[in-house]
Amino acid sequence: MLFPDTPAVWSVAQLSRYLKELLETDEVVREVWVRGEISGCKTYASGHCYFTLKDAEAQLPCVFFKHARQRSTAPELRDGMAIAAGGHISFYERDGKLQLYVEQVELLGEGALYLRFEQLKARLAAEGLFEAERKRPLPPAPQVVGIVTSLQAAALRDMLRVLRTRYPLARVVLAPTLVQGAEAPAAIARALDFLNEHGEADVIIVARGGGSIEELWAFNEEIVARAIARSRIPVISGVGHETDVTIADFVADLRASTPTAAATAAVPNLADWLAELQERRQELTLLLDDLLLRYREDLDRAERELARQSPRSRLERLQQQLDGTIETLQSEMQHKLVLQRERLRGTALRLHSLSPLLTLARGFAVVRRAEDQRIVISIQQVQPGDRLDIQVADGRISATVNTQ
Amino acid sequence: MDGLPTLSYEEAYEKLEQTVAALQDGHLSLEDALAYYEEGMKLAQYCHTLLEKAELRVQQLRVTDEGELEIEPLDLA
Repeated sequence: MLFPDTPAVWSVAQLSRYLKELLETDEVVREVWVRGEISGCKTYASGHCYFTLKDAEAQLPCVFFKHARQRSTAPELRDGMAIAAGGHISFYERDGKLQLYVEQVELLGEGALYLRFEQLKARLAAEGLFEAERKRPLPPAPQVVGIVTSLQAAALRDMLRVLRTRYPLARVVLAPTLVQGAEAPAAIARALDFLNEHGEADVIIVARGGGSIEELWAFNEEIVARAIARSRIPVISGVGHETDVTIADFVADLRASTPTAAATAAVPNLADWLAELQERRQELTLLLDDLLLRYREDLDRAERELARQSPRSRLERLQQQLDGTIETLQSEMQHKLVLQRERLRGTALRLHSLSPLLTLARGFAVVRRAEDQRIVISIQQVQPGDRLDIQVADGRISATVNTQ
Repeated sequence: MDGLPTLSYEEAYEKLEQTVAALQDGHLSLEDALAYYEEGMKLAQYCHTLLEKAELRVQQLRVTDEGELEIEPLDLA
């Protein structure tokens, strides 16, 4: 008998107290973890939260006090959440209720994974591992492509097919690894380190085909994120399908949505190179044709210049010059003669108009003394008896002075 | 053109671009221009052949028992 002073008929309070002590000292339930689904969750103004934890067959009332909630890292509790609650069972005497007094809460199932994801993501982001400045540019034409993936997976064959089609110039170095399961994160990290140690790869693809969140989980582990972050060689992540985003994707230098997309991003397309080559060839030919044309034109020009400078052509040119000058001379001469003739005619006409003979025609006469032919303009010049010559328009008249 | 067989695609293509640039510059003598042209066409042909004959080589890294890294060809059947 545990409690010696127990009466035959108990009061409610006594029995309640007994139950409480019984529970609080029991090895199993004074520190226990219970899992189930939350229902009827209600948080009061006091900060205390009451809910029922249930499964298919039974249910357990729970209380999560404010001080315990504040210490907990779990998110807000909601109906339907699958959790594991840790605490102690006791008997709340006032209400006659057996309860689990919750101290800790762990999310189970997808909720738990999601929480871990968010926490790691926040922590690594705070360290600056996702910063855009950290991301290195990918080499435009890698000679060696490193691949970290499973040897058996279809993802590997898909990637090799893309590489073979796009860029067979490259060499692929594969570092095979597990891509799911408990050992996968360490194996992936190791494969990344090996490729870095070997050192020949210019770019590394970390890839895994599609799957559930649990199957892709290795790529959300910290050890993988750290291995990608410390890789000296740029890393492209290609994990799952388009909508799957893992921590590895955030840390990588480039995130591709699938393994095939990662292989496509890692290498250039040879078809483009062939087109460029063709362009260069055409360019060469055009340039040469251009050059030859110019040389030919230069030659032609030189020949023409030479022909112009030859003795015969010089002679011809001089001859032509001479002819030209002569012609000019002649026409000048002609011109001058014409001018002179004109001037002469003009002067002659003027002379003619001034001629005294015209005056004579009007009736005037020129009187001269016969002896010395001096023209008489005054009566003083003559005496009666002097002989005179009178010139009229059509001849001379001999006369004698009679009187003045 | 000595050493041509050992040129990588990138190296050969780079040389090809250089001959194009030299011809574009336009100050070459006729003799030089013809020489550059011929070299350029040879380089282009070499590049073309490299691309056509290229085959993806796949190798695998593994760790030996001594803990050394070793590389060997991989044939995925």
